[in-house]
Amino acid sequence: MAIRERMSGNEAMAVAMKQINPDVVAAFPITPSTEVPQYFSQFVADGVVDTEFVAVESEHSAMSACVGAQAAGGRAMTATSANGLALMWEVLYIAACSRLPIVLACVNRTLSGPLNIHNDHSDSMGARDSGWIQLYAENNQEAYDNLLMANRIGEHPDVMLPVMVCQDGFITSHKIENIELLEDDKVKAFVGEYNPKYKLLDKNNPISVGPLDLQAHCFEHKRQQAQAMMNAKKVILEVSEEFYKLTGRKYGLFEEYKTDDADVVAVILNSTAGTAKYVVDQYRAQGKKVGLIKPRVFRPFPVDEIAAALSRFKAVAVMDKADSFNAAGGPLFTEITSAMFAKGVFGPKVINYIYGLGGRDVKCSDIEVVYDKLLDIACTGKVDSVYNYLGVRE
Amino acid sequence: MSSKKELKTIAPDVKWQDITEGGVMPYAGNAELFKTGDWRSMRPVWLQEKCKQCLLCYPVCPDTSILIDESGKRTDFDFDHCKGCGVCVKVCPFKAIDFVEEGK
Repeated sequence: MAIRERMSGNEAMAVAMKQINPDVVAAFPITPSTEVPQYFSQFVADGVVDTEFVAVESEHSAMSACVGAQAAGGRAMTATSANGLALMWEVLYIAACSRLPIVLACVNRTLSGPLNIHNDHSDSMGARDSGWIQLYAENNQEAYDNLLMANRIGEHPDVMLPVMVCQDGFITSHKIENIELLEDDKVKAFVGEYNPKYKLLDKNNPISVGPLDLQAHCFEHKRQQAQAMMNAKKVILEVSEEFYKLTGRKYGLFEEYKTDDADVVAVILNSTAGTAKYVVDQYRAQGKKVGLIKPRVFRPFPVDEIAAALSRFKAVAVMDKADSFNAAGGPLFTEITSAMFAKGVFGPKVINYIYGLGGRDVKCSDIEVVYDKLLDIACTGKVDSVYNYLGVRE
Repeated sequence: MSSKKELKTIAPDVKWQDITEGGVMPYAGNAELFKTGDWRSMRPVWLQEKCKQCLLCYPVCPDTSILIDESGKRTDFDFDHCKGCGVCVKVCPFKAIDFVEEGK
């Protein structure tokens, strides 16, 4: 029987880490993810985990310690946000290219500047090409569930890549909601042991990690890394299916909400998808055919599946809680439109909204603006503005 | 070096499907396969008649390029790997190692 609890998104992530009981956690506090290592260090102090907690002097060191621990043959985890993630930057790439399945709890916060501690997705979106698998979560339950699945996904022999589990800073990280936890023994059985092919602490089979890799071999390693990310999609689905059998909670590459007969959909990551579901319900009650697509897996990007899913609609609004400053839309928008173009999906009209930057509150009335615009486009077939900002004073 | 035949996984013509994951070097001693001798611009010359076999040169060589035979005596340089740094020339108390420009 699952355990009914209530806790914040941060506590949910810390509890998942406690149940995973990794060999090493190396972390440096940064708002709004501070509570994750804070709760976890309490578990260490209480002796309820066997983990070596390394209180490092920076996030660069946190990720470096994780790289060393994981290369040694252990399971390493960390948590961070915003500028902490940015300070990990070069080591994120090294973790991925060294094929070390470290797990990182990313509590999304806007990347300075201007200096701001509140939520948007500019931190993890900036790391989208670092080679990490990225999973996104609407609430504390999904953050907990994604974290429980992260080791299994990253450590699969066909993958061997680090995994970043993202949730919205403050909005879900600090909000206390109901949650269903798994029992410790069930988590232990599900997550299993980590048995990498190569490990530095295997004294009978000495290895070197992270060698100089020049023109002769570097490209082959990059190609191999790309393949691992392609393989990850199937593994994510397999692990999610197994998790579904264990918990009854179903996860795919993205969630579709009331899309069956929808004319228009919004595509939204993380907590704002929850707000949009409420608006969808209101509009449905008025007979308006609106729906929602909430991506869970951003890396690997589900090109085929998302293009196929979106091909059914008349109009689509892709919502980005991060700007690319490319003068041509946010990261989710460019990925989705690129996927649609590559797969020959030219039917739907697609527009972009950049919203909620720096923690700007996203209200139902904001989401209503989006659906009203989409319904208008579906009716007239005309798009007057592709790139839009939502909720900014102008 | 029983693993030498397995070292083909990092050979120059290896395909991405066969190369070790993440560039891990899974066997010790494979630096021998990387010939660094052609980096050399200065070449040490062992003057056997002056050499007292004190072996002070051996531990300072950064590339293990001073070869020792079964009887524990030094022989000529391993020019496949000697980079011509000249440290052995400096430490030799008997001027038993000459140092000349490569190609002369």
